[in-house]
Amino acid sequence: MDHTVNLSPLWLTLKVAALATLTAVLAGVALAFLMARRRFWGREWLDAVCTLPLVLPPTVLGYYLIVVWGRNGWLGHWLQETWGISLMFTWQGAVLASTLVSFPLVFKSARAAFEEVDRSLEDVARTLGLSEGAVFRRVSLPLALRGILAGTMLAFARAMGEFGATLMVAGNLPGKTQTLSLAIYSAVQAGNDALALTLVLLTSGACILILAASGKILQLKLR
Amino acid sequence: MKWPNLVALGLLVIGGLASVQPAPVMGARELTVSAAASLTNAFPEIGKSFEQQHPGVKVIYNFAASGPLLQQIAQGAPVDVFASADQKTMDQAQEKGLIVPDSRKNFVSNTLVLIVPGDSKLALTGLKDLASAGVKRVALGNPAGVPAGRYSQEALSKAGLWEALQPKLILGESVRQVLDYVSRGEVDAGFVFATDAAIAKGKVKTVAEVQGHQPIIYPAALVAAGRQKELAKEFLNFLTSAAGVEILKKYGFGQP
Repeated sequence: MDHTVNLSPLWLTLKVAALATLTAVLAGVALAFLMARRRFWGREWLDAVCTLPLVLPPTVLGYYLIVVWGRNGWLGHWLQETWGISLMFTWQGAVLASTLVSFPLVFKSARAAFEEVDRSLEDVARTLGLSEGAVFRRVSLPLALRGILAGTMLAFARAMGEFGATLMVAGNLPGKTQTLSLAIYSAVQAGNDALALTLVLLTSGACILILAASGKILQLKLR
Repeated sequence: MKWPNLVALGLLVIGGLASVQPAPVMGARELTVSAAASLTNAFPEIGKSFEQQHPGVKVIYNFAASGPLLQQIAQGAPVDVFASADQKTMDQAQEKGLIVPDSRKNFVSNTLVLIVPGDSKLALTGLKDLASAGVKRVALGNPAGVPAGRYSQEALSKAGLWEALQPKLILGESVRQVLDYVSRGEVDAGFVFATDAAIAKGKVKTVAEVQGHQPIIYPAALVAAGRQKELAKEFLNFLTSAAGVEILKKYGFGQP
């Protein structure tokens, strides 16, 4: 039996989770700030829709993604016709699925964090002549950073463990879209317990390392 | 509402839900059948007919690729009858002592076909055409656990295409997932059994019957750890009885 463990699922998982978290943070923080500072019609409905991926089963999300991004989907068809690309069965598709499931975690934390920020501090900055962009960069964002970072950590953890939606959109292709959680599933299905155990330990180790490292980073940032 | 009231209400609701469950029929016996994914449509009809012949019996199905079904049985799943889509999986079950060897018998045969989406504009005629540039993705069951995938791999290897097609291959978790990929048009072509293609007529087109693999013969056997041995034996007999054969034939299965 082959005892060398192929590490490609680990690297793929880290790549997918990192890109998904980055996308989720950019979109989540922007949308959260908008919702915390602007009043507009349908705000709470938009909030509910943005939170939906947190409560819907991943299979439902996977189905939505197929309907929208599949080769014959609304956007997928256009992508295929215009650019000749398809997200189905690609690692980019896995990023899409992971982004969707981890987005609400950043969004919710960031919105709560922005709402906690003392609005009068922002006003003070404005009277001192700072532009709106500078107020956000130098006052609102630093004050809300703790909540945003906590949400980011949760999002990364969620993205790393993504399974259901990823399986539906990206498939389970070794070396291409097979992330750690999918590799473990396949190993168990094939009765390869030794490989499954190795991958399980690898995942647990990676998660502990990431948690410990992010804990350290959080402390540094907040000191 | 005060806590005790809330708890009482909760208990009431749970009690209410529990009482809605149908009371078990006296003497009702359950027979659990783990069957290859390609039997998903034929077996429920087999079971209905079997239940009519055996009042008080309820047949429960578990459909998946044969490989994962074998793993479930190895891990102690409460299964009475196992039907796989290839001999290899059943051989593995026999080696591990998971089935009753004497009870094993072949009950149907099938053919492997190459299919394309119903609205496909590709002019495929056989395996060789899969190497053409117009074909971007080809789906087949994961040979590690899906019999249809194993037959496909064997045929592609024999045709000298297995290595060349690697970048295009999309592996499915079962033959029915491959069928789904093709009928949605997510892939350009795929390998399924003729009986699967027949289920999705209109959504998929059969391009060619695939040759160059071992004969596709489905075996079924009693699971050694099963609790309903007598009933399971009768179910196995039913599969090869006139009534059983007729139903299987209706779904396109051949006789071994």
